Amino acid sequence: MLAYVVRRVAYGLVTVVGVLFLLFLLFFTITAPDDVARKALGEKAQQEQIDQWKRLHGYDRPLLPGPGHVRDNMLVEHFRRMLTFDFGRSDADDTVILDRIKDGAVPSILLTTPLFLVGLCLGILLSLFVAFFRETYIDRTGVFLAVLGMSLSILLYIIGAQFLVGKLLRWFPISGYDPDPAVVWRFLALPVVVGILSSLGGNVRFYRTVFVEEVNRDYVRTARAKGAGDGRVMLRHVLGNAMIPILTNVVMAIPFLFTGSLLLEAFFGIPGLGSMTVDAIDNNDFATLRTMVYIDALLFILGQILTDVSYTVADPRIRLE
Amino acid sequence: MAAAKNDSAGSESVRVRDLVTTFPYGSRRVAVVDQVSFGVAPGEVLALVGESGCGKSMTALSMLRLVPKPGRVEGGSVRLGETEVLELDVPAMRRLRGHQMAMIFQEPMSSLNPVQAVGAQVVEAILLHEDTTVRAARKRTVELFAAVGIPDPRTRIDAYPHQLSGGLKQRVMIAMALALRPTVLLADEPTTALDVTIQAQILRLMRELQRDTGTAILLITHDLGVVNEMADRVAVMYGGKIVEMGNRRAVLGEPSHPYTRGLLAAMPGRARRGEPLHEITGVVPQPAEWQRGCRFASRCPERLPHCTDQPAPRSEPSPAREVFCHARVGAPRDIDPGSSRPVVAAEEGE
Amino acid sequence: MQAILEHHWFSNAVVAALLLGSVALSVFVHRNELWRGAARELGRRRPVALGVLAVYVGIGLADSVAWVDGRMQGEDVVSAHQPRSAVERAFGGRPEKTYSRPFAGAELYGTPPRPLAFPGRHPLGTDILGRDTLLLTLRGVRVALLVGGLTSLIAIPLALLFGVSAGYFGRRVDDVVFFVMSTLASIPGILLLIALVMALGQGTLQVCLALAVTSWVSFCRIARGETMKLRELDYVHAARLMGVSEVGIVWRHVLPNLMHLVVITFVLMFSGQVLVEAVLAWLGIGAAGSWGQMIAQAKDELSREPVVYWNVLAAGAGMFVLLLAINSVGDAIRDILDPRTRRERE
Ligand SMILES: Nc1ncnc2c1ncn2[C@@H]1O[C@H](COP(=O)(O)OP(=O)(O)OP(=O)(O)O)[C@@H](O)[C@H]1O
Ligand SMILES: [Mg+2]
Repeated sequence: MLAYVVRRVAYGLVTVVGVLFLLFLLFFTITAPDDVARKALGEKAQQEQIDQWKRLHGYDRPLLPGPGHVRDNMLVEHFRRMLTFDFGRSDADDTVILDRIKDGAVPSILLTTPLFLVGLCLGILLSLFVAFFRETYIDRTGVFLAVLGMSLSILLYIIGAQFLVGKLLRWFPISGYDPDPAVVWRFLALPVVVGILSSLGGNVRFYRTVFVEEVNRDYVRTARAKGAGDGRVMLRHVLGNAMIPILTNVVMAIPFLFTGSLLLEAFFGIPGLGSMTVDAIDNNDFATLRTMVYIDALLFILGQILTDVSYTVADPRIRLE
Repeated sequence: MAAAKNDSAGSESVRVRDLVTTFPYGSRRVAVVDQVSFGVAPGEVLALVGESGCGKSMTALSMLRLVPKPGRVEGGSVRLGETEVLELDVPAMRRLRGHQMAMIFQEPMSSLNPVQAVGAQVVEAILLHEDTTVRAARKRTVELFAAVGIPDPRTRIDAYPHQLSGGLKQRVMIAMALALRPTVLLADEPTTALDVTIQAQILRLMRELQRDTGTAILLITHDLGVVNEMADRVAVMYGGKIVEMGNRRAVLGEPSHPYTRGLLAAMPGRARRGEPLHEITGVVPQPAEWQRGCRFASRCPERLPHCTDQPAPRSEPSPAREVFCHARVGAPRDIDPGSSRPVVAAEEGE
Repeated sequence: MQAILEHHWFSNAVVAALLLGSVALSVFVHRNELWRGAARELGRRRPVALGVLAVYVGIGLADSVAWVDGRMQGEDVVSAHQPRSAVERAFGGRPEKTYSRPFAGAELYGTPPRPLAFPGRHPLGTDILGRDTLLLTLRGVRVALLVGGLTSLIAIPLALLFGVSAGYFGRRVDDVVFFVMSTLASIPGILLLIALVMALGQGTLQVCLALAVTSWVSFCRIARGETMKLRELDYVHAARLMGVSEVGIVWRHVLPNLMHLVVITFVLMFSGQVLVEAVLAWLGIGAAGSWGQMIAQAKDELSREPVVYWNVLAAGAGMFVLLLAINSVGDAIRDILDPRTRRERE
């Protein structure tokens, strides 16, 4: 068991290295630092200005290790900085990236945690319900609604909700944020609801497939033959056996908890990490962007390790292997 | 439970009458269990035999009302003492399952919940029906495990299904089924998935346990060796219908229905040395191809002209012996086309 | 390179190739009993959705065939020298100056509103630049099909190549492919996508490439697992013993058995790509002329007074109907082809 965890963590580290190489490829070689500088300074910038900007942002070193600069090059520097969480300054406005991440994490987590938890529970309950009535018109209606929901772009959900609630009903502010705990929920309510609705269709369809597969298993029949009621069969036996795919799906969402949803934050004016990423795209702020990508990947890898370990809790076949 | 043993149906624990279960095939529904009637007395073993797909499992599942969708029990009656099982409401049905009528399934490998310890699954069965503590239920489970011959029951109770061999899993299933001393046990090929030595052990075990509890057993199998060893009476099924039923000795010794004869002749042990094995020609028809008449007609060596379009009539060659075959009821002209139903109806009025 | 890809004869050639390809495909489907049965079953279950898809494909193809004929469109001199597609030609009207309501006779704003050049001739109104909304929506069809189709055409062969070789040859190959997969998979899709588009630059082709890079992994994993199973089957062993070459085995025994997964993935991937492209469009890095771009404008338009709703509604509806049709066809296809659900039905 311990050996398994160690091996899993080691592989996670290897993946981190892979991610860092990919980021290097994308942000230092495919996009040349000169281009980045020109985007930041404007097309008419002089070469000296560009050189100075590159020096300031650490883009002035040779790209790869070579004789004379085995350690002083961008590849090594990129790895060193990322691995030590020394992300440096934004390419666009020179703010310290780490500080902005610290500021942005709280709103993001406040937005995505309820969104994620409520969305997950709702999705699972609805799909258990639909799976229980499989092959009936309840099931067919449920699946149809799920497909309907999946066919709508999240943009439309957001725009529609803002229009409806903000312009017609005027229940909540449609955009903005106030960190004061007493009023913050007023700003979060709408994005949370929209986020849940927009992901519900996909969730229900996915979990329904999982549950229907389980419902047809022999052990479910055994449970019913013992005299277990429908609720017990679904919640205890079916749900228990469906834990593995559910866990996998949950982990996919862990980095999302931290970085928030780009669109929700940007549309609803919540100053979290999602908004920060969107700003970085608008401003060609490559330093911030690659930091966000890196942190997300890091969280994802961590989450994967956690899932693999939690599989062992959910499934004795893996635990006792 | 006590009431079950002295009910109106005489000495029978369970009485099944004209049970019909259908599955949709294309646009029509085909009865994969068609007008099946039988009874099992306390302490008796009725063996239900027949080829694969003839509806044995569906008969048992119908009795517990566990027929998988899109199948449906269309009619008939399953009386358990005073209780009409097919008319019970959902909570009452739940209380009955596993308590008065329990079932051992054909597939021991997949019939246990893979993420629950086997002991917990038996405990759950007990707690669903009895108002005791978990501790008491666990103690009972250990005793049950010991009774069904699981070595080292105290530790095995916490094992997961994948850690047990097929034989042990089947013993767990038996322990679970017998945990509440059911009036009726439906054992669906309890030994088919196991190897021969373990088969014998399990069968012996069921016999012993039955002696203590007086449970009526419906033993489903297609192994005539098992029938020989275990059964008091035998019902032979073909194409969703019972074609012959009676005392084991009588049915196996002097089979009457052409299908039973073919079945027995096809058994390797029965053919004389040097003689080729008999076999029933043709293949088992799929439910979609079943017709109104006798379903064995297309393969029957004694087929009469009207076999294919008239349901086989019932006859009683000797007391407590039933055969459903046109060739066994005198001259074919004696029966008019509609007469087979009344025969069944007459049985209903018994 | 870019110039060739954007030349209208290239797109005409692609249309021709697609038509030839679909003829060949339908001949194949017709000859093969299994696929013919599946196709017939699909037609029986989802006639409406298939019809809708056919209309979309028709519009997309009509919008991909373009030519220069030297004739002017209205009084627009430029149009005579530019390739225009069949769909564009169907809309003779020259653009207006700014927003107008559906079937309006005058512009939306202004006191008093100026009359339109083609009053009552814009059934869905016009956008901020005075372009006909119906035309824009119809032209979005081609972009959506391109984004969904081209991406899948890049991603699926890539996934098959890596997945099958990893699954079939195992060892080193598998290690490398698995490493690449887990690296790519550990970067959340949308961010990787953004990073890729930022790095590759904007443009429809770049967007498709980036979408392909982010989406091939999931299918690669499936193909790898399935190949591993197939490799161990008896008849594959037998073929190997009989001296069939490895490539021959892959070609004859592995790939055909992955085809149902390819079809399922193609359809399911398609709608995902269109949805993601809309998000990219909103971030300002999508494909030119997509519905996403039209919807992205809605943020400003819906807060105007009076509200400009027709652009977002038209683009949203165009996208919704297409995705609904694809998703419901995809569901049916999965039901028909997936052995797991197939077993459940039997
Ligand atoms: N889900 C289903 N849908 C359609 N037909 C079914 C379904 N389940 C069973 N059947 C049909 O019902 C008939 C009876 O099946 P049943 O399982 O009772 O056979 P059996 O006698 O138990 O066979 P075996 O010895 O293989 O267990 C079979 O012919 C089968 O084709
Ligand atoms: Mg059976």
